[in-house]
Amino acid sequence: MGVWIMAGVTFREAARKKMLWMALAAGGAFLILFGTGLHFQAKDFAAHGMSPVLRREISFGMVTMGLYAVDLLAVLMTILTSSDTLSGEISSGTIQAIATKPVPRWQLLLGKWFGFCGMLTAYIVIMVGGVNAVTYALVGVTARHLASGLSLMWMESVVLLSVTFAFATYFSTLTTGVLTLGLHGLAFLGGWIEQFGAITQSPRAVNVGVIASVLMPSEALWRRAAFEMQSPLANAMRISPFSTLSVPSMAMVFYAALYLAIALVIAMHRFSRRDL
Amino acid sequence: MSRSSDLAICTGGLRKIFSGKVAVRNLTLEVPRGEVFGFLGPNGAGKSTSVKMLLGLVFPTSGEAQILGCPVGDVKTRSKVGFLPEHFRFYDWLTPTELLKLHGRLYGMSHAKLRERVPVLLDLVGLTPHREKRLRDFSKGMLQRIGLAQALLNEPDLIFLDEPTSGLDPVGRRLVRDIIKAQRDRGATVLLNSHLLGEVEITCDRVAFIKDGEVVETRQLDDDVEEQTTVSIRAANVTAEVASGLSRWSRSVRAEGDRLMLSVSSRGVVPELVRYLVSSGADVYEVTPQRLSLEERFLEIAGTDGGL
Ligand SMILES: Nc1ncnc2c1ncn2[C@@H]1O[C@H](COP(=O)(O)OP(=O)(O)OP(=O)(O)O)[C@@H](O)[C@H]1O
Ligand SMILES: [Mg+2]
Repeated sequence: MGVWIMAGVTFREAARKKMLWMALAAGGAFLILFGTGLHFQAKDFAAHGMSPVLRREISFGMVTMGLYAVDLLAVLMTILTSSDTLSGEISSGTIQAIATKPVPRWQLLLGKWFGFCGMLTAYIVIMVGGVNAVTYALVGVTARHLASGLSLMWMESVVLLSVTFAFATYFSTLTTGVLTLGLHGLAFLGGWIEQFGAITQSPRAVNVGVIASVLMPSEALWRRAAFEMQSPLANAMRISPFSTLSVPSMAMVFYAALYLAIALVIAMHRFSRRDL
Repeated sequence: MSRSSDLAICTGGLRKIFSGKVAVRNLTLEVPRGEVFGFLGPNGAGKSTSVKMLLGLVFPTSGEAQILGCPVGDVKTRSKVGFLPEHFRFYDWLTPTELLKLHGRLYGMSHAKLRERVPVLLDLVGLTPHREKRLRDFSKGMLQRIGLAQALLNEPDLIFLDEPTSGLDPVGRRLVRDIIKAQRDRGATVLLNSHLLGEVEITCDRVAFIKDGEVVETRQLDDDVEEQTTVSIRAANVTAEVASGLSRWSRSVRAEGDRLMLSVSSRGVVPELVRYLVSSGADVYEVTPQRLSLEERFLEIAGTDGGL
């Protein structure tokens, strides 16, 4: 019960503080820009008399690019919006009147987590759905395995959300944000090192990337998502920057799920035991 | 020694150290049910930390404590406890009605119950005209009032009020006094942290003086209790010899203007004092026993170093 009350509060807070609406407005602007660009490109391709196969590949590339931007946005939104919720309420003392109610602390935390989870799920579904709707309407293509790609992108945000919550039970708002973003940056860099390592056939560089993904599996989830969503040709031919010789395995996806669960358990455990 | 179920609060050797700094040294305390108990002490004495330990917000470094017969931290007990934190902060995007409803829901109260209870409480703290206003637009005193209402939502058996009158106007302070009285009449136990000694004197049954995280003294605030008293004497022809003879009754004799101030163990010695003075040839104009006020005692305990 306490879980749902707190989830509801979290949702209402985002709506009242206009955060929810601003995120949606920014998302809408993003989709309009994306659609406008794609529209002119499609027109010009037709005028140039480009071969249908190439046009299709480029359209696929545009889908992936749009989704990549959505992924970045979702990552930043997740970290920015959630890093203050716990640490902020602890440092302001807001939590004191709440944590003395007959609801176990882990339920309070889980409730907030569900609230954010709900919001970022809505955000990702709307944005990924929006990009695909735009490309389908304008150039007639959508991401290949949309459902699994969407789930992986969602999972990436949930991993970051859980890590943010875990850090927030130890550190202040700013430190929490910096740490989570820093860790994601590490994974991001590791991903590119792995990519180039695969292209230049340097297994040791690939291993550096794998280690980065073990430290923080967020970026690996995106690369798996890109692999699922883009055309097989792009994957094979490496004509997009997201084609990979080194695709994160399903084992990495399971690892990420475990990582997420552990981060959440640490957050609940630590929150239940710390002074407020 | 009372049974633990008759006690609202019972602590033994409660201690809290914050990264090397002792906030509460050794809190040993028993507060029977139905009592209004005051916590007095200089800034930083450890009053708020003690309250937070009793509420399970802060974990003691050592020692043990029970509230309402259950170990602190027990989640179920909290449904019978009310708390007004020292700095009442809340989601400022809510209205008072919404805030009380949310807290009520966290207490596990039903929507129906809350529909009935919330207007009553808003009325009690005088916020009915502001019930649809956002809390962010509230003044400090208004926030304090909504915090008070919040602490009474569940008709608690035990209420912790950490400086409830801070930021309140005289009407508000009067309100707090009335609320505490009403809660006592209802049978609730109240633990009050306050610096306003006059207030404590009026509202509390008993007080504990706390310094450096330890109970230095507890004091019953009933009038007929035998205890240390200061006697102020206005007399002429008191020779130094006679004055020093007074030390038989008092360890501390000092002159204050044309008066002699004596600290004696009880009012019972006053007649003896008068007989002695008169028989020694002094002209006695006035003898007034003064109970050491809370304020004097407070200043004595806090010391001259500002208490910090
Ligand atoms: N979270 C904390 N971390 C470190 N030290 C703390 C913390 N909370 C309190 N203290 C320290 O513990 C001591 C007791 O603080 P507390 O707030 O309990 O005092 P108080 O008696 O309520 O004072 P006041 O009358 O000013 O409200 C102070 O020295 C304070 O600096
Ligand atoms: Mg205090």
